[in-house]
Amino acid sequence: MAQTEVIGGPHVRAPSSVPRTMALVLLASSPAAGLGLYLFGWPALNLLMVTIAAALLSETLSLWLMGKPVRSSLFDGSALLTAWLLALTLPPWAPWWIGALGGAFAILIGKQVFGGIGQNLFNPAMLARVALLISFPLEMTTWAQPHPLFAADSPDFLTALSITFGTAPHIDGMTSATVLGYVKTGFTQGHTLSQSLTGHFAPTASLLGDTNGSLGETSALLVVLGGLVLLQQRIITWQIPLAMLAAIAALSGLFHWIDPERYGGVLFHLLSGGALLGAFFIATDPVTSPSSPRGQLLFGAGCGALTWVIRTWGGYPEGVAFAVLLMNAVTPLIDHYLRPRVYGRTRRGEPLRPPAPRNETSDE
Amino acid sequence: MLRLRRLRFRGGVHPEGHKQSTTDREIEPLPLPARLYLPVQQHIGAPAEPLVKPGDYVLKGQLLARSAGAVSAPVHASTSGTVVAIEPFTAPHPSGLPVRTVILEPDGEERWAERSYDSDAFAMTPEEIAARVGAAGIVGMGGAAFPAAVKLNLGSRNTVHTLVINGGECEPYLTCDDRLMQERPREIIDGVRIMMRALHAHTARIAIEDNKPYAIAAMTAAAAACPDVHVTAVPTRYPMGSEKQMIQALTGLEVPAGKLSADVGIVVHNVATAHAVRNALRRDQALISRIVTVGGGAVDTPRNLEVPLGTLVSDLLEACGLKEEPARLLAGGPMMGMVLPHAQVPVVKGTNGIIALTAKEINAGEVRPCIRCARCVAACPCGLMPLEMASRVRSGDIDGAVSYGLGDCISCGSCSYVCPSNIPLVQYFNFAKGALANQREEQRKTEETRRLAAERNARLEAAKQQKANQQRRRSEAAESTESG
Repeated sequence: MAQTEVIGGPHVRAPSSVPRTMALVLLASSPAAGLGLYLFGWPALNLLMVTIAAALLSETLSLWLMGKPVRSSLFDGSALLTAWLLALTLPPWAPWWIGALGGAFAILIGKQVFGGIGQNLFNPAMLARVALLISFPLEMTTWAQPHPLFAADSPDFLTALSITFGTAPHIDGMTSATVLGYVKTGFTQGHTLSQSLTGHFAPTASLLGDTNGSLGETSALLVVLGGLVLLQQRIITWQIPLAMLAAIAALSGLFHWIDPERYGGVLFHLLSGGALLGAFFIATDPVTSPSSPRGQLLFGAGCGALTWVIRTWGGYPEGVAFAVLLMNAVTPLIDHYLRPRVYGRTRRGEPLRPPAPRNETSDE
Repeated sequence: MLRLRRLRFRGGVHPEGHKQSTTDREIEPLPLPARLYLPVQQHIGAPAEPLVKPGDYVLKGQLLARSAGAVSAPVHASTSGTVVAIEPFTAPHPSGLPVRTVILEPDGEERWAERSYDSDAFAMTPEEIAARVGAAGIVGMGGAAFPAAVKLNLGSRNTVHTLVINGGECEPYLTCDDRLMQERPREIIDGVRIMMRALHAHTARIAIEDNKPYAIAAMTAAAAACPDVHVTAVPTRYPMGSEKQMIQALTGLEVPAGKLSADVGIVVHNVATAHAVRNALRRDQALISRIVTVGGGAVDTPRNLEVPLGTLVSDLLEACGLKEEPARLLAGGPMMGMVLPHAQVPVVKGTNGIIALTAKEINAGEVRPCIRCARCVAACPCGLMPLEMASRVRSGDIDGAVSYGLGDCISCGSCSYVCPSNIPLVQYFNFAKGALANQREEQRKTEETRRLAAERNARLEAAKQQKANQQRRRSEAAESTESG
């Protein structure tokens, strides 16, 4: 009989694996991504492809340099997913080198210098996005308006190539800021919130995705749908998304109630920018988020609160990426202090005290 | 019958049951094999001491080896025949190491040793009941094989209010307890009542997972006449069969760390143990046979067999047939069972299943780095963080692993079961527990040596002091006589 080295159980396993997990996240985010590709046309697809190619090349290179098995790591889907999620948060008509730099940065600096999969402290995609945002603020905040594929004003394949690879003249009429950007600029010009929002924020458009914004975050509906799939498949747990969205809703609701002309409302904050994509797909990254349910609640709430604070008082219109990175930094601390209560022990680790003996008479 | 919804333990997993192939098949007796191999250690504790020698003719139920020590259990002849040898033979353990074994050649006559049927269990004192159970060689039959009499004596030291009977059988494939409950519910209830008496317990609660409706129905009907014996359906979730988790699911009570369940007034015994207790007290029958589920994808006809202890696993597999060469052969269920080195090992008191798995069933995959997905944290029924413990064990930091609760781990394997990276977490923990035990033993030895050395120094010092005192006194005396 074939004898293996295994001595202890379990000898059966749940049908889960790392590649399957990655594939499911990819699948769950594909409706939103698909819509993004449809709305923003060929240039968006080009950008996505460039980002993925850069990430996979960087992954191969670093695995090879470190003498690790290239094949099994490369095909575990993690590098592909990182690039995919990064691309979903980029301006869809960004030039090719944004995607290339971002993909390479995410893998090389965000992941492999920490020791590869599972070792990184920060979410690689968000690290890359923030690095790009700080280094190239113009390109990272130039947003294309939706030009659905096959519509009359949609760029054809060749025009798309020239947009992505930087040979086309800058087409001003096609681009504009996102809602969050309008509000931020509006305040600097002394406009009230309602003045800034007029004509720029329509909840239905944000729900369906017919608005300008990053590649994969414009349709709140599809993002939430993907998130629900992840929850149903137990890829993610409810704690992080719920806590994050609840924190955003609570803060924005409170401040909007105090001064509606200064602070955006709940719907505005939840449906704009990357709040939903962040809550379901970014902050839930297992590697960089806490392990215990209570830790995840705290982490999610922190992401939400920071997102709102940065959007409201920070220098940038959007704050999800910064918020997630900041909370990533405290994840080890959360994991250290917020452990689950061990069976038979108090939260502080002391053994429970046995219950007082029951005052029942013996049956003798 | 009570239904249980709200009170549950945390974590746990839902492995596929695979019970459908044997849950409807009646328990079948297995014919006597050519030889029986009875290891003198089939239990946790000290090995039993053989009382027979090669060439002796023994009767069915006759004592072959007596219990040696407070935690030990005697071994009896499973049938009548001749002792042909007492020599080392491979035990059903992954190591494949030999254990002192009484080898018996049956004569096929099944001649019983003398038995007394006239004793009334309910006229006996609790101590007498426990002594009878101990003499019958009964051990925990759910797989742990802890001598049952030791646990029955807990009633005299602690106030035990509830006897919990574990009919959970949460391991996949196994149905031996399920069938026993379906076919012999009255004998089990009788055993339960005897055990209640031994423990001074007022209540007995029989917990059965809700995936065994026929067992629940049969046991409920049999328990109807006893108002203090309750049958409770518990949710089907692994590791429901674990003592601590079952107590929590049933009563909401937690056993404090480092304490026994008896400290919260509860003692847990397996259904098959209750059945064996009944046979011991009512029929004066030692534990010489047990019901074994033979299953797994490699088995042609999975069955529940009633087999004499000492029967070789190969005899069981032959009776059920193999469809293919098993990729892994287990004693016990696939979650906590042990790998058998080969099929030439005997069935012992704790063997509840022989499971022959195919490669497909094992679903072994490549071991990948941990992605901190925390599914192990969600699955752990003890509230531990297996990923943190494993990373510390891997870096040799046993103390770090202990600070994360290594000592509270029950090795149920839920974490390994769900790990998408196929990391053998339980193996890490078992290794670390072994290392920890060694470390503690070393420490104890060092301290003992230090203590002895210190005592010796103190003794020498005292002797020296005494000598000096004597000398001083002598010279003082001399001085005084001189001056006087």
